[in-house]
Amino acid sequence: MSARVTLPQAAIAGAIALFLAAFLVVPVLAVVWIAFADGDGGLTLSHFGAFFGVSLLRESFWNSLYVAAASVVVASIIALPLAYFTSRFRLRGALLVQTLGVLPLVMPPFVGAVAMQLIFGRNGSVNLLLGDWFGLNVPFMDGLNGVIFVEALHYFPFILLNLSAALANIDPAMEESAQNLGAHGVRLFRRVVFPLAMPGYVAGASLVFVKVFDDLGTPLVLNVTNMLAPQAYLRITSIGIEDPLGYVISVIMIVFSILAMWLSARALRGRDYATVQRGGAAAPRRTLSRWQAALAYGWIGLVLALVLSPHLGILLLSFSKVWSFTVVPEAFTLANYETVFANSSGMIVNTLVYAGLAAAVDVVLGIAIAYLGLRTRLPGRHLLDLGAAAALAIPGVVLGIGYLRLFRGVEVPWLGGALTASWIILPIAYSVRRLPYAVRSCTAALQQLHASLEEAAENLGASRRRTIQRIVVPLMAGGILAGFVTSFITAAVELSATLLLASSESMAPMSYGIYLYMQSIAGRGPGAALGVIAVIIVAVGTYASNRFMAGRAAHLETRT
Amino acid sequence: MLHAIRRLAAALVAAGATLTAPLALAQQVTVITSFPKELTDAYRKAFEAKNPGTKVEILNKNTVAGVAYVRELAPGSRPDVFWASAPDAFEVLAKDKLLEKFDPGVTGIPAKIGNYPVNDPEGFYRGQALAGYGIMWNTRYLKANKLPEPREWADLIKPVYFGHVATSSPSRSGTTHLTVETILQGEGWEKGWSQLLQIGGNSAAITERSFAVPDGVSNGQYGLGLVIDFFGLAAKANGFPVEFVYPSVTAIVPANIALIAGAKNPDLGKRFIAFTLSEEGQLVLLDPKVSRLPVLPKTYEKAPKGFPNPYAGTIKPKVNFDSNLSEERYYLVSSLFDQTITFRHKELVAAAKAINDAASKLAAKPNPQGEKLLAEARAIAYTPVVDESKMRDKGFLAVFRATKKDAETTKRVTALEEHWSTEAKKNYARAVELANQAAATAK
Repeated sequence: MSARVTLPQAAIAGAIALFLAAFLVVPVLAVVWIAFADGDGGLTLSHFGAFFGVSLLRESFWNSLYVAAASVVVASIIALPLAYFTSRFRLRGALLVQTLGVLPLVMPPFVGAVAMQLIFGRNGSVNLLLGDWFGLNVPFMDGLNGVIFVEALHYFPFILLNLSAALANIDPAMEESAQNLGAHGVRLFRRVVFPLAMPGYVAGASLVFVKVFDDLGTPLVLNVTNMLAPQAYLRITSIGIEDPLGYVISVIMIVFSILAMWLSARALRGRDYATVQRGGAAAPRRTLSRWQAALAYGWIGLVLALVLSPHLGILLLSFSKVWSFTVVPEAFTLANYETVFANSSGMIVNTLVYAGLAAAVDVVLGIAIAYLGLRTRLPGRHLLDLGAAAALAIPGVVLGIGYLRLFRGVEVPWLGGALTASWIILPIAYSVRRLPYAVRSCTAALQQLHASLEEAAENLGASRRRTIQRIVVPLMAGGILAGFVTSFITAAVELSATLLLASSESMAPMSYGIYLYMQSIAGRGPGAALGVIAVIIVAVGTYASNRFMAGRAAHLETRT
Repeated sequence: MLHAIRRLAAALVAAGATLTAPLALAQQVTVITSFPKELTDAYRKAFEAKNPGTKVEILNKNTVAGVAYVRELAPGSRPDVFWASAPDAFEVLAKDKLLEKFDPGVTGIPAKIGNYPVNDPEGFYRGQALAGYGIMWNTRYLKANKLPEPREWADLIKPVYFGHVATSSPSRSGTTHLTVETILQGEGWEKGWSQLLQIGGNSAAITERSFAVPDGVSNGQYGLGLVIDFFGLAAKANGFPVEFVYPSVTAIVPANIALIAGAKNPDLGKRFIAFTLSEEGQLVLLDPKVSRLPVLPKTYEKAPKGFPNPYAGTIKPKVNFDSNLSEERYYLVSSLFDQTITFRHKELVAAAKAINDAASKLAAKPNPQGEKLLAEARAIAYTPVVDESKMRDKGFLAVFRATKKDAETTKRVTALEEHWSTEAKKNYARAVELANQAAATAK
């Protein structure tokens, strides 16, 4: 690592800082400023007073908190047993549980929501069967219940993955001592295992909380508007960009996001402590008794069925002609796909272009931020890293509002109009929102790369630039690709910022198209078809990145 | 199936061709609309086919958001055409000088439907399709729950429909506002509110968006709903097991189209509007996915059998919709609905349930004292907290029409709303009490 700061380094850092300032920091600060501004250049809390004076907004605030917290509880109920079973018992379904951890994330929750209504709704498949068999009707999808159900089913993998990792890190000696002292079953889990795995759980749970708290698409698709994100969206789009209450809602959402992120980061710092104690050997796996096994497999089967239900539902809906008051659709057709390709193929192309552009920008910035942070002594280099990571705490709705407010009057000559009316605003928003993922994978890739390789290249006479081009970037390829794919697939199904920023149909991506189609009866089939296409794109991307990362890991192992 | 695959393949090829076609600089007309994608897609295709080299750009926004959007743009960069249902939105736009008068020069469209002018008398906007309001129901749902088919709004207040109805709220949806206003104008203020309160008490949900009602009815989540006609007609035309009826207390109101002042491409905008009003453009409305009532009487000759024709008397609207009255008390009606029905839905349903229970008990075992108590319970639950004389008071209405920026009026309105809300809650609780007492007399 050279001590001197070079001009190109400073220039690149400056460019990144400018990008982050223009498209993240200033828009968010503008939102915060307006929430506190009294209109005469002073500060005031009166807008917050007005917010809590409106009963609908008060109700929305509590509803958002309730839905986010309840989603965490339901997601925990799904994830806890799964994580515990697979890490502590001999189970044959390990692969199945791994699949469970990825499947829900493949489908954006707002796509699954419509199908869930047909399956779990008041007169959906499940309730029709329950009614026939037992005369029961369970309000799975009524109002807020529906949002909680859909979100929990979508986000429980965050808890499952974090908790599984934490469980694997617990010193088996702890559990053995507890067992020797006579703790078994639930007591062992409650008093020893779970407290030790707590950091992993909290990290996952706070992530679920913040994702649900910020989600706009799912409540809107389920017709629930008395929550904060939909209220912010509705106020800004219908009352206008000047409405201060929209900004107050944004500030509240930012505060809760930051709180949850902070909690998650703190919890994960605590986990390092646990890994110090780690004995090295994995915890011994116990054998399940027959009825325990039945229970465990039963639970896995039930969760699998639940997890697959939106996928199956959306697939059925996309091929269905009419689905009403029956367990499954009664007539099938390809017409929905025909409609999508005839009328909305532009949206598929837009998605690929926007998500591709955003992911490309992300990896370029990610490489630069990682390199500046790890390989240079540039003052303030960690600020870039921090700035990029801060994007995680900014809800899409808030970023969208910030852009609308800040760039409303900004004319871009070669676009022939305002920046906010042009398609370019979407890839920009996506790249800012997904930047943290790319930075994380690029940093991880660069950390694994020993600096001696670069030093060797420089000793052989290669310039710094040539070293980066020929040595650093090629060796980081795996991490870069992983970052690209993660940014790409998450940008491809982003809806919160899209809903605010997509003004015309020709510039709209698929996520907006799905939302638009779902607004009419004849449009539900085509909307589902577009959803299936989106899921396929995301699934292929996820599979490719997993394949590539697995291959790369094996490759590295053989070399070292 | 094979045929379908072949058509799908053809569509795929066509899609590929449009993508690879060079980006020619086409003339573009921008239409801002609240209409669903099937309708806009159909018009986009038809117009582009008829005018080669032009492109139709759709900005899909709900009506209120559309007005806000146009207002925030500078002249010269605005969209060309505004196209939506609610006439009030066009009134607002015209008042703000955001619309431009223009005569598309089409003939054959009558000046009036009933007593309602099809086109804006001042010439700012024109009726493009007609819409009536009615009741839509899921035939399978009614059969499974052994419910009779309704004919009138008044049917929806019957105890059999308890928990099976769905409606939206006028503050959330312009079309629901028109429905509510139609009932109020057709039945009178007090009787109209009494019906609305009872329908609210029978409702399983007061949905947040108007589309949730037809959506829920067509997929069987709700049994019956208050909807605008094309939702019911389109669902039926697409094979859903639903029926739709226009009650006698209905109004036919045009959905409108207008040229925006300060538009980017006004010439093409004019051509687009003229196209939607032409014979060819009107025919698009008969597409089963769209199913709207054309404004041009001639078009009905090509309509499928059983398609309602307001010009031939298949719909007999009793109400001559008074849009001035509607506009005058817009905020009062919306807010009163929300404060006493939407936000107090739980309490209202409890009152309705108690009243229904008492009524059925008294029917089995009549008791004069009980009947009296029940009548009292009904009166207290189903009387609006704002009476007719107050509604007629111009000074009272003026409070709601004052500009929002005035902190003093905001406070007054908020206080009034809070008062209605607590009053409603108190009334519903009292109604439950009285109904329970009435039921007790029947034992």
